[in-house]
Amino acid sequence: MIRHAKRRYLAFQIESLESFEKEEIRDAIWNSLIQLFGEHGASQSGLFLVEYDKQRKQAILRCSLKALSMVHASVASVTKIEDKPVAFHVLRISGTLRALNKKLSA
Amino acid sequence: MTKFVDLHLCAPIKDIEKLKKMVTKSYQMGYRLAGIPLPTNVELDKVETLRKICSNVGLDFVSRVDLNPRNIPELLTNLRRVRRKFEVVAVLCTSKPVARQAAKDRRVDVLSLDLGKVRYRFFDRAEAELAAQSSCSLEIEMAPLLSLEGAPRIHLISNLRREVAIASSFRVPITVSSGATDDFVLRSPYDYSALAMLFDMTSSSALAALSSVPLRVVERNRRKLSLDFVAPGLHVVRRKDP
Repeated sequence: MIRHAKRRYLAFQIESLESFEKEEIRDAIWNSLIQLFGEHGASQSGLFLVEYDKQRKQAILRCSLKALSMVHASVASVTKIEDKPVAFHVLRISGTLRALNKKLSA
Repeated sequence: MTKFVDLHLCAPIKDIEKLKKMVTKSYQMGYRLAGIPLPTNVELDKVETLRKICSNVGLDFVSRVDLNPRNIPELLTNLRRVRRKFEVVAVLCTSKPVARQAAKDRRVDVLSLDLGKVRYRFFDRAEAELAAQSSCSLEIEMAPLLSLEGAPRIHLISNLRREVAIASSFRVPITVSSGATDDFVLRSPYDYSALAMLFDMTSSSALAALSSVPLRVVERNRRKLSLDFVAPGLHVVRRKDP
């Protein structure tokens, strides 16, 4: 029987003078992941942008537990989106979305 | 609670507003000590002003000097001049003789390599052996890792991986610092520990390189610079009342 792959949820803060669309954030993280770990590495990440709050400049990512360190490094290494300086700071990591939201609101 | 240290926060000391911004950001990121590089001829008033700015934010200021000598006599002269003035002395190794001398000199705390230049990487097994004997630590700056792209970053990661492996095998302490000149390049200690896996550092050793290792360097030097210090292992416990 194939076991369900374990996942992790990462909440991160977007620091920039500009505001970005969800697609731009998603592409920036994917590009960073592919640059650092290649297409083979990226294919194992199970990366998905779950939520993006444009007003609060916060987003939540989902990835596989095995690729957590890869995704964390990729998120941290984003420095610009379309030549505009940006920094992503990981706030919290959790196993479920509900626990993550609870930690963020605490 | 872990006390995180950014031993190389390259905040501009002339631009006080930017410095305040970077220091505040550093505190928000979770750092509690920040080493700000100062020129060798810095005035005591300036140091006190910086210390005050940092303490207002909640950061412990660490005075640091980055020496960039061209040859061994220049390094020795500079070390003699600055050792009692600064809490952390770092040497940027731009030639092999300088790198070797810096690694064996007990007055040097941190060996810094020019991460952007592949030709200036002198941290090999001989260097590591000397550094291990003098308890000098190897500094890894994270700013170039974020700012470089493509082939230069690939070379950098490859070099760092080799140097970390050599340092670990000779038990040379490694310190990880931001090297940030701009607040957009500043990341939290946990982000840096995730980035350190790129050059095969485990999460625990990366966190130690951001906390206990640099803290040990600072505490050792503060002890040495205090008036109660006499010699290694000997310090004044109490003074006779006049």
